[in-house]
Amino acid sequence: MLLGKVIGKVVPCEVYKGLESVPLLWVQPLTRDLKKKGTPIVCADGTRMAGPDELVYYEGGREAAMALDPWFVPVDHAIIGIVDDVHVNEGD
Amino acid sequence: MITGIVTGNIYSTINHAFYDNKRLLVVEKTRADGSRTGDYIIAVDTVDAGPDDPVLVIDEGNSARQVVQAPDAPIRSVIVGIIDHVDVVS
Repeated sequence: MLLGKVIGKVVPCEVYKGLESVPLLWVQPLTRDLKKKGTPIVCADGTRMAGPDELVYYEGGREAAMALDPWFVPVDHAIIGIVDDVHVNEGD
Repeated sequence: MITGIVTGNIYSTINHAFYDNKRLLVVEKTRADGSRTGDYIIAVDTVDAGPDDPVLVIDEGNSARQVVQAPDAPIRSVIVGIIDHVDVVS
């Protein structure tokens, strides 16, 4: 899993069967010290509660499809949880 | 499997049901000689790894699900060991 920040929302008018009720959010991947890294990706929101500017952690691949309900829908990234706090050891 | 060093942890209350009261540790990946690669990964802890512990991380779904014994959990990275010593020949 990696850290990301929700920067927007994607509202499709036509979408694949099983994804109708799944919120799709723009997520900017972050480094360990919460700096931007790479280009934003669209994640399906497994928690259905992530809002704009929230810090989330997401998973890719098959695990992303397993995090949704109904599971095994065709998604490649899904938000697994919303981060309350990241603690990094001093000196790192 | 990959090696890494625990450099922090994540607190989260709103998450997928499987991740309730699981310890999520931020692991920075290291090379065989112990130098850090700058990449990191968030892994579920199963061996009570503490801060700055060199750890062994499984980064593949099926093995991770076997380790946590949850056949349909959305999990891919699991800490499965704390490294005491590494021998590198060349």
